[in-house]
Amino acid sequence: MNLYAVKSIYLFEMHRAWRTILQSVVSPVISTSLYFIVFGAAIGSRINTIDGVSYGAYIVPGLIMLTLLQQSIAAASFGIYFPKFIGTIYEVLSAPVSFLEIVLGYVGAAATKSIILGTIILITATFFVHVRIDHPFWMVLFFALTAISFSLFGFIIGIWADTFEKLQLIPLLIVTPLVFLGGSFYSIRMLPPFWQTVTLFNPVLYLISGFRWSFYEVSDVGVAVSLAMILVFLAICLGLVWWIFKTGYRLKS
Amino acid sequence: MDPVIAISGLSKTYEDGYEALKSVDLTIGKGEIFALLGPNGAGKTTLISILCGLVKPTGGSATVGGYDIVHDYRKTRSMIGLVPQELTTDQFETVFATTSFSRGLFGRPAKPDYIDQVLTDLSLIDRRDNKIMTLSGGMKRRVMIAKALAHEPTVLFLDEPSAGVDVELRKGMWDVVRRLRDSGVTIILTTHYIEEAEEMADRIGVISKGELMLAEEKHALMAKLGRKTLTIQLQEPLEALPDQLGKDGLELAEDGTALVYEYDTRSERTGIGALIADLNRADIRVKDLDTKQSSLEEIFVRLVREGQ
Repeated sequence: MNLYAVKSIYLFEMHRAWRTILQSVVSPVISTSLYFIVFGAAIGSRINTIDGVSYGAYIVPGLIMLTLLQQSIAAASFGIYFPKFIGTIYEVLSAPVSFLEIVLGYVGAAATKSIILGTIILITATFFVHVRIDHPFWMVLFFALTAISFSLFGFIIGIWADTFEKLQLIPLLIVTPLVFLGGSFYSIRMLPPFWQTVTLFNPVLYLISGFRWSFYEVSDVGVAVSLAMILVFLAICLGLVWWIFKTGYRLKS
Repeated sequence: MDPVIAISGLSKTYEDGYEALKSVDLTIGKGEIFALLGPNGAGKTTLISILCGLVKPTGGSATVGGYDIVHDYRKTRSMIGLVPQELTTDQFETVFATTSFSRGLFGRPAKPDYIDQVLTDLSLIDRRDNKIMTLSGGMKRRVMIAKALAHEPTVLFLDEPSAGVDVELRKGMWDVVRRLRDSGVTIILTTHYIEEAEEMADRIGVISKGELMLAEEKHALMAKLGRKTLTIQLQEPLEALPDQLGKDGLELAEDGTALVYEYDTRSERTGIGALIADLNRADIRVKDLDTKQSSLEEIFVRLVREGQ
C-alpha cells in the first residue's frame, strides 16, 4: 500500500481545512448555537421533556448529526470536486495509487474534519444544556460510522457533480430535509400515525435514533436496526466508490 | 540503446466512435529526448495520457521500464513524471508544499533537501514559500516541472512545455531538459514548436490523425526527407525561362533576377552540374549562388499534408 500517498492526500486536505478555519469551524458553531437559541429556548419552553429528557438536551444528538452529515458531505464532495474543477486531479490519477488509497486520503480527511466539528458542537452544547452520554462506546461508533459513510457519500457526489450547482443539489434538496424530517428536533411518536409510518422510510431517522440512544437510552427505533441501517448505507457507498474507480466514471475516458 | 518505453498496437477509440489513436507502435530508448510532433487533435496528448494512466487504452499494450502500464501500474507510474499542457496547480498552496505533496503522492518519503535542489535547478528557490497564485505564468510552468520531478522519475513527459512561454524562458527550459537528459532521464515531449524539436530532440516522431507516421533520428530524418533549394542570382534579369533550361524543379523568380531550383538530396544525381552547364550554353551569367536546406517545419508540414 502507498501509505505516503494516503498521508499526502490526508494532510493536504487537512491543511486546506486549516486554511479556511473560519469557514470550516466558526460557521457551523454559530449555526448550531442559533439552533439552540431558537429551538431550545423558544420551542423548548413549551415542551418540557421528551421520554424524560429535557427538550434542549434531547435535540443535541440531532444537532450533532445535522452537522456531521452536512459537513461530511461538504468536505468530501468539495475535496474531490475542486481538483476536478481546476484540473489538478490529473496528478492523483497518474500517481501509483489504488482507489482504496485515494478514498482513504480524501474520505479519511473529510471524516476527521466532520468528527472534529461534531465534537466542537457537542462541547458547545454543554454550555447551553446538561448533556449525558450513557453509552460512550456506541456513541463513538455511531459518530465514526456516520462520518465515514457520509464522507463516502460526499465523495461520490463530488465525482458525479460536473458543476457547482450539482455539488449543492443533493445536500440542499435531499439530505437537509431528510435530517430535519428524521427526528432531529422531535420524537416521531409526537407525529400522527400516518406521518410516523412515512418517517420510517427516512434513512436518517435510524442514524439519529441510534445516536440519541447512545446518549439517553431513548430511541424511536431499535438500536440494532439503526446500526444495521448505517452499515447497509456504508456498504452501498463503498460499492459505488469501487464501481466508480473500476469504470473510471467521470474520472477517466 | 535499451528501450525504456515499448508501445505495441496501442489504440484508443472513444465511446462516440472517434479513433484518437490507431495501432501505434513505438520504442523509446533510455536517456533519449524524443519529440512527438503533430497538429492539434493528432493524438499526442492521448498517447501520453494512456502511458500515464489518465486514459484507458482500447487496444494494444505498452511497457515502461519493462513493466506493463495496466497490470504493473504502480511500478510504471512511479517511474514517470508528467508535466501537463495546462497550468493546473493549487493556487493557494506554496511552491514547496505543492512540490512536496507530489513527492508523497508518488510514494516517496519526504526529502526536503531534494525538493530544495529541484527548486534551485529551476530557479524557483527564491519563491519557495510563496503561494502559487503570486507567481508569473513562466514560474508556474516551472512549478509544474518541479512537481513532475519531485519523486525522481526516470521518464519525463512534457506535454507542450513551451505553450504560452516567452522565448527567453523557453530557452531556459531547454537547458533544464538537457541537464535532465544528461542525468539519465528519458524525456518525451510533444510540441507545436518545430524549433523546439529541432533544437532538443534526438529522435522525432510525427503523428497525424492518430497514426504514427514516422519515428526517426532527427539528423537522419532531415537528411532523408530534406530538400534543398538552389537560388541562382542572375547578372541580368530574364523575361522568361529559356527553353534550353526547361528542367523539372526550375523556376524563374517573379522579378526575373533569379532562378530557383529545388532538388532532392537523396537523388544520386541532383542535376546541379547539368543546370550550370545549361546556363553556360545559354550564355546566362551568374552573379551569386545560395543553397538552403528545408527546415524540420517544412518537412513536418509536407508529411502531414501527404498524410491527409
